[in-house]
Amino acid sequence: MVDIRAGAGDMINPAEVEDVELYHPHSWWTKYVFSQDAKVIAIQYASTAIAIGVVAMVLSWLMRLQLGFPGSFSFIDPEHYYQFITMHGMIMVIYLLTALFLGGFGNYLIPLMVGARDMVFPYANMLSYWLYLLAVLVLVAGFFAPGGPTGAGWTLYPPQVLLSGTPGGRDWGIILMLSSLILFIVGFTMGGLNYVVTVLQGRTRGMTLMRMPLTVWGIFTATVMALLAFPALFVACVMLLFDRLLGTSFFMPAIVEMGEQLKPGGGSPILFQHLFWFFGHPEVYIVALPAFGIVSDLISTHARKNIFGYRMMVWAILIIGALSFVVWAHHMYVSGMNPNFGFFFATTTLIIAVPTAIKVYNWILTLWRGDIHLTLPMLFALAFIVTFVNGGLTGLFLGNVVVDVPLSDTMFVVAHFHMVMGVAPLLVIFGAIHHWYPKVTGRMLDETIGKIHFWVTFLGTYAIFFPMHYLGLVGVPRRYYELGETVFIPPSVHTLNEFITVAALIVGAAQVLFLFSLVWSLFRGRPAGGNPWRATTLEWQTPQTPPAHGNWGRDLPIVYRWPYDYSVPGAPEDFIPQNQPSLEPPMHGAVA
Amino acid sequence: MAVALILVLLVIASVAFHLLSPWWWTPIASNWQYIDNTTSITFWITGVVFVAVVCFVAYCLLRYRHRPGSRAAYEPENRRLEMWLAGGTALGVAAMLTPGLVVWKQFITVPRDASEIEVVGQQWQWSFRLPGADGRLGRADTRAVSADNPLGVIKTDPASLDDVVINGGDLHLPVGKPVRVLLRSIDVLHDFFVPEFRAKMDMIPGSVTYFWFTPTRTGTFEILCAELCGVGHPQMRGTVVVEDEDAYRTWLQQQPTFAQMMASGEQVQPAN
Repeated sequence: MVDIRAGAGDMINPAEVEDVELYHPHSWWTKYVFSQDAKVIAIQYASTAIAIGVVAMVLSWLMRLQLGFPGSFSFIDPEHYYQFITMHGMIMVIYLLTALFLGGFGNYLIPLMVGARDMVFPYANMLSYWLYLLAVLVLVAGFFAPGGPTGAGWTLYPPQVLLSGTPGGRDWGIILMLSSLILFIVGFTMGGLNYVVTVLQGRTRGMTLMRMPLTVWGIFTATVMALLAFPALFVACVMLLFDRLLGTSFFMPAIVEMGEQLKPGGGSPILFQHLFWFFGHPEVYIVALPAFGIVSDLISTHARKNIFGYRMMVWAILIIGALSFVVWAHHMYVSGMNPNFGFFFATTTLIIAVPTAIKVYNWILTLWRGDIHLTLPMLFALAFIVTFVNGGLTGLFLGNVVVDVPLSDTMFVVAHFHMVMGVAPLLVIFGAIHHWYPKVTGRMLDETIGKIHFWVTFLGTYAIFFPMHYLGLVGVPRRYYELGETVFIPPSVHTLNEFITVAALIVGAAQVLFLFSLVWSLFRGRPAGGNPWRATTLEWQTPQTPPAHGNWGRDLPIVYRWPYDYSVPGAPEDFIPQNQPSLEPPMHGAVA
Repeated sequence: MAVALILVLLVIASVAFHLLSPWWWTPIASNWQYIDNTTSITFWITGVVFVAVVCFVAYCLLRYRHRPGSRAAYEPENRRLEMWLAGGTALGVAAMLTPGLVVWKQFITVPRDASEIEVVGQQWQWSFRLPGADGRLGRADTRAVSADNPLGVIKTDPASLDDVVINGGDLHLPVGKPVRVLLRSIDVLHDFFVPEFRAKMDMIPGSVTYFWFTPTRTGTFEILCAELCGVGHPQMRGTVVVEDEDAYRTWLQQQPTFAQMMASGEQVQPAN
């Protein structure tokens, strides 16, 4: 067994290949716009994702206004309401969370953390971003198309997605949605191959796989999963597009719509659900695994303690990634599929709770006997633990097939997945932005604004989604434009809905504060220096901050140790950078 | 200090909300008490874990927050502790999964004496079909749907003739009798959901799905659609009346059969 803490000297192979020939930009355009530098592409990805995320946030305000105060806003009619929930869901899952974690953090952190000069295929990496931008524009075009965007719910279940009872079903909405997804997947594949090959082939000398920071492990595993899962969505989109445009009937059975027999028939609506969730469930972990990895590094750095059980953490990431491909039908317990599948999928789903729980234990055991600095990244990491544990535990209700039966399609589900894959990963994103903003810009984010934003976001989202579970327990269904007069729903439910709406408006407003801080700190933030958190990983050891083109100056860094050498006994400092050969820092303070 | 305190308050508030808030499941009206029991077990196990994890985090913040001169311990791994934790988690998961699978087995095993009824969904209303004197439902097909045969019942099937078609009226069921609900849709996905019965299932155009339950108390219950089916989704409501055997028989005899309905050439009269 290799000791992961291996000290100086061993494992350093001689350089076998020459340093790569980088593409050097010749003009402002190739440097800042059509850039092939992963760091610029990362910022482009992140900015676009945040911009479209703001759209999704405004949509959530509108739908909460309708749910909290039904009938008070005449411009929110049922068509618009269903368009809002559909676009909100799709934007948040695909165009914000997936793009920001993989395209944003992946691009910025992978080359820097593994000691590479750039991604291995910079040109494909650039194309990846421009296809993503195009996908976003096509998606947004839905708002301006005749009939508006599709209102079929983000799951796009046929046959209703293509029929006239659904907004955008017979118009442009669904065509634009499917086209946008296809573009996104093509673009993602170009980026994703880059992330995987860079991790496998682009690591610097001494950076063994078991010396990679968990951030890289999380993003790497999520990317491999995405490359395997997105093709299922891709074919589902193409087939659905054929059903809509070419008159095929992959998913369209015999249907009587408004008294008329429709021509095609014989297709299987449930086939789409299998394809969708074969993508859709891994997608949850495509978002979660980068968050797991990042939060591990935030906790370790800001508690000044090595991550507890590193090898177990790596294996847990890999096991979760593998298991997540055999749990998809837990989204379909009441879909009418063969009910015997329930035994298998409930078992696999609950098994996945074990490696997930191990990750949680190791995070909190990292805090134990640590030296906890309550910086903003640490606060967000703590909020993530609370939110994720809450949302993960309610997953045990929905994964346990028979408990799911009364709860599926109720607000319990909405509350669960917002906790676990909405709020929890977003808290990590906020923590990660606070953590790496100094490296990206050279300045610290404003601390006071950050604290206000943190408390409002953490407690506010908890106030939104914790009580929402109980609405689902009552039996309040999801995707209802209005509850109207329903016998079993007491008036107190409407009061709770008003409370949730007010909380959502406040949390939304706090995000504006955060966006302001992002821009303001760019000019007025406190200068950060190269390594403000006194962190060990390679990205903090670059000769310049922000890192220059090519990242490392003349020589690539050489890695001598794992990334969690915090508070090592006998070392003068409470951290030892990965590229530092001995316990003592070099006298001149320069980078090896 | 403040952070640890807020985390503890959050736990107390969550537990208090769970115990004191008025929002809880509706009084059950079917045999699926087991589902509620499994849900309760899950609440207890997950609740204990949640309280334990957050309180442990709060303790760590209190005890190990940064003070001048303090330094973290260095302990990369502790295999014994990790194994104990993994084992304990596996046990807790098994304690939830086992009753879950046992009840699921019951949920999908329809009793032999269950009667069959059919629920048909279309945008955006519910229709029902009950077997007549022969106790069997005739065949049906979406392709046979027409203005005077809204459920697409096959006219040439002899078993169809005495079926009772309820189009636009309430569904009546006898209390205490297991019933297998066959679910069909003629346009899009729907889902037959009565919260008091706990059971629900999607209906898929082109397929027949099912679930079974035994109504355990009389009363009138609201049917909701629980699978997004277009803009009229929230308005897709219906009513189930669970009554004693005699009242049910009386009601059933007042309904015209499919054969009578075809003969009169009219739409079925709305049932009471």
